[in-house]
Amino acid sequence: MITKRIIPCLDVRAGKVTKGVAFQGNIDVGDPVAMARAYYEGGVDELVFYDITASNERRDIMIDVVSAVAAEIFIPFSVGGGLRTLDDMRRVLLAGAEKVSIDSGAVRNPQLLAEGAKAFGSQCVVLSMQVKRVPKSDEIPSGFEIYIDGGRRPMGLDALAWSQRGVELGAGEIVVNSIDQDGTKAGYDIELTKAIADLVPVPVIASGGAGNPEHIRDVFVESNADAAIVASITHYGEFSIEHIKQYLETEGVPIRNTW
Amino acid sequence: MIAIIDYGAGNLTSVERAVKYLGYDGKITADSQAILGAEKVIFPGVGAARATMDNLNTAGLAEILWKVYESDKPMLGICIGIQILFEHSEEENTECLGILPGVVKKYDATPTRKVPQIGWNEVYQTGAHPIFQDVPNPAHFYFVNSYYPIPRDDSYIVGKTTYGVEFSSVVAHQNLIATQFHLEKSGRIGLKMLDNFLGEAQ
Repeated sequence: MITKRIIPCLDVRAGKVTKGVAFQGNIDVGDPVAMARAYYEGGVDELVFYDITASNERRDIMIDVVSAVAAEIFIPFSVGGGLRTLDDMRRVLLAGAEKVSIDSGAVRNPQLLAEGAKAFGSQCVVLSMQVKRVPKSDEIPSGFEIYIDGGRRPMGLDALAWSQRGVELGAGEIVVNSIDQDGTKAGYDIELTKAIADLVPVPVIASGGAGNPEHIRDVFVESNADAAIVASITHYGEFSIEHIKQYLETEGVPIRNTW
Repeated sequence: MIAIIDYGAGNLTSVERAVKYLGYDGKITADSQAILGAEKVIFPGVGAARATMDNLNTAGLAEILWKVYESDKPMLGICIGIQILFEHSEEENTECLGILPGVVKKYDATPTRKVPQIGWNEVYQTGAHPIFQDVPNPAHFYFVNSYYPIPRDDSYIVGKTTYGVEFSSVVAHQNLIATQFHLEKSGRIGLKMLDNFLGEAQ
């Protein structure tokens, strides 16, 4: 049986993991390669690296991080943040990422999804969406609106329509990040995740709001989400991946328990 | 030298990285002499059946793969590399190598079965093979596929997986072994299987 994936997201700025991640054991705090190794050995299913480096000239550092991770981590990982061109995508994939995650770049230039899918295959192209609840309107009939630029700029685009368009263009997976839930530790936006997971034929990854293992169970049981992104609840050692998986297994959620 | 066949598919470098990590001399190559002279051959990759077969035929590599098979050299197919072994793929109605009897079909998408399958699924070992040495049964491996092989002869099936439908995720015949999942992206258990192929166990 296909299992539900647990995917930690590491924000990387100029080659360092931000937010002062404090892992158990002798992990070099802030080193994305050491963090990735610890997660890999801990049984994580996949990783996301999100490059929040502000300046373009420092992006080469991210390519070095990707190469270093790919040399010793043999599970899939994706890289997002600031990818605007086909060449940006190619460099990340050649450095060893399994997938690229396109967010604002796809809203600004939807053809980027089509070009990426044609060049590398849909399985490499993840559409990441920043979504906020707004009053329902003619423009936003679902009441879920797409934002870009780190959730600061509303785009007048309905999230449900955008997810379908993204798949038509070539996205092979969709990350649904709730701006409202992000950082709250109050649980995923299940209604939003379910609406999109029931709509599109490709895997959907829930993101934003995980505060405990129960939240992860809830999004898997109550929506058709295929994977869940976690950050602070595992970065700070509050819950181990193994603990979360054992809990999910007792709750009847299919997980990968061999690694 | 371990030849990793370059036929314009994606995902070759991750296989090369895994082979090198395990301490073997992996080389990505499209050169017939290098492939025929290699100790072992891997044909990996993500891609569409039609494009893969077109590239193999244009480069003369379809014939080389047949020669490798007939030479008894150990060969490992991964992902699209398992599918092209069969006679025919539904994907763009493509004639494949025909080394193994059988066809390749597409999963039907349903609300609870996304296509492609992306993620970790269980492989049950249904036949004995040296590549399974010290590999848990069942164990999880990383899959990315919309199509799956249906061998006409059950004796070729050594591993099975269920994704709405039960399908053959590992097939083997003589010197040939092939997996629908990505060994090189399946963590330490995947590396163990790859190491079994590369090492003496094969």
